[in-house]
Amino acid sequence: MTDRPGIFRQILPPLMVLIAATAATEVWVRLFHVRMFLFPRPSSVLRFMAAHPADLLVSLWTTAKAALIGFLASAVVGVIAAIALCGSSLVRRAFYPYTVFFQTVPIVAIAPLLVIWFDAGLTSVAVSAFIVSLFPVIANTLAGLMSTDAALEDLFRLYGASAWARLWKLKLPAATPNIVTGLRVAAGLAVIGTVVGEFLVGVFGAGEGLGVRIVSAKKMGRTDELFAAVLIASLLGLAMLAAVNLAGRLLLRHWHASEQD
Amino acid sequence: MIAGLDQPTAGSVELDRRGIAFVFQDAHLLPWRTVLDNAALPLELMGVSRPRRLEAARGALQQIGLADAMQRYPAQLSGGMKMRVSLARALVTEPKLLLLDEPFAALDEITRQKLDEQLRALWAAHGMTVLFVTHSTAEATFLADRAVILTRRPARIVEDFRIDLPGERTAALRADARFAAVTRLIYNALERGGA
Repeated sequence: MTDRPGIFRQILPPLMVLIAATAATEVWVRLFHVRMFLFPRPSSVLRFMAAHPADLLVSLWTTAKAALIGFLASAVVGVIAAIALCGSSLVRRAFYPYTVFFQTVPIVAIAPLLVIWFDAGLTSVAVSAFIVSLFPVIANTLAGLMSTDAALEDLFRLYGASAWARLWKLKLPAATPNIVTGLRVAAGLAVIGTVVGEFLVGVFGAGEGLGVRIVSAKKMGRTDELFAAVLIASLLGLAMLAAVNLAGRLLLRHWHASEQD
Repeated sequence: MIAGLDQPTAGSVELDRRGIAFVFQDAHLLPWRTVLDNAALPLELMGVSRPRRLEAARGALQQIGLADAMQRYPAQLSGGMKMRVSLARALVTEPKLLLLDEPFAALDEITRQKLDEQLRALWAAHGMTVLFVTHSTAEATFLADRAVILTRRPARIVEDFRIDLPGERTAALRADARFAAVTRLIYNALERGGA
């Protein structure tokens, strides 16, 4: 860990891009008189956010809760499922194809079912986030568990290690970089799954998450509100990704190449 | 086969598998553990209490000259140091039989010679049986009291003889005429074996 560039040198370049792009958009909208229902001025998006901080915070909290529950559930279930799958090749052959289901299932199609099963509310939205973010955790964790150094496995066997010790002291620690990679992907997907879940669950009249707000703002042509909600949802995804990165850095700082620059 | 990792195609292996330790071709340390916790691993897996296994690991690391590096992680060590940690990890169980499979083959010549000298000194101090596989005739001559020369697969024994060199072996021995003679002997046996 030598000479990591300072926090300002990391944040400054993307911040400059953001400011320049926002300013350019503002100029473009004003210059060509783009109408509000097509595209809002960045300044009116910011004005909307400044005018309704409490409402937006409630929406953010509603969405964040569902996204976090879905994400944590897929982290726990995904790692446990991968452990179960890595145990025997028979189990793997029998069940792995069905985990792919979670990656390919069109969430839009089954969300109405979720509403029937769990009612329109936090649970069905969190389940939507869970379904969307589960597969990358299983796939990455399994890849990590399956690629443990064979010589280390021999070493553990030679010293009479139990299956439990092999799992906790060898396989899981060795798979940590892969688990972190899976969680990185899952963090972003959980927010997408939540917002999409809210689109559909919101139709049934419950909740005031960002997804619900996006749908209602669109109906009323309030693109400033719509963009504000989209912006906040993206920031939520970024924050969750940053949290996973931080956790990964703390866990891997001593040994893994990806965390040593 | 001796380690119990493979089954013989014919015949049997008779030995007490307790008290065996191994060093592989590469160090194979756990990168998420400190040097000290790596050296303590075998005792941990055998269920020895934490204070006792750490004390044993400290002892083994001191013997091998790594007392200063105990809190470091493998990523911060040179190849020679990693191999020494691997050796300390094998010694920590106080084995009666130590198996080494070309342990120093990936290291540079000078580091390799230093480790050979260190291993010979450890053997003199502990008196365990050491089975050392190598492709280096000089390394075999320097370390061994008995040389068994094998053909390539399927391996057969070409030659099995005692090495009559002084018990106390130092770096100076490598310049000795007797050392060269024994090396030649092993080399000729290898040629006969078709290696």
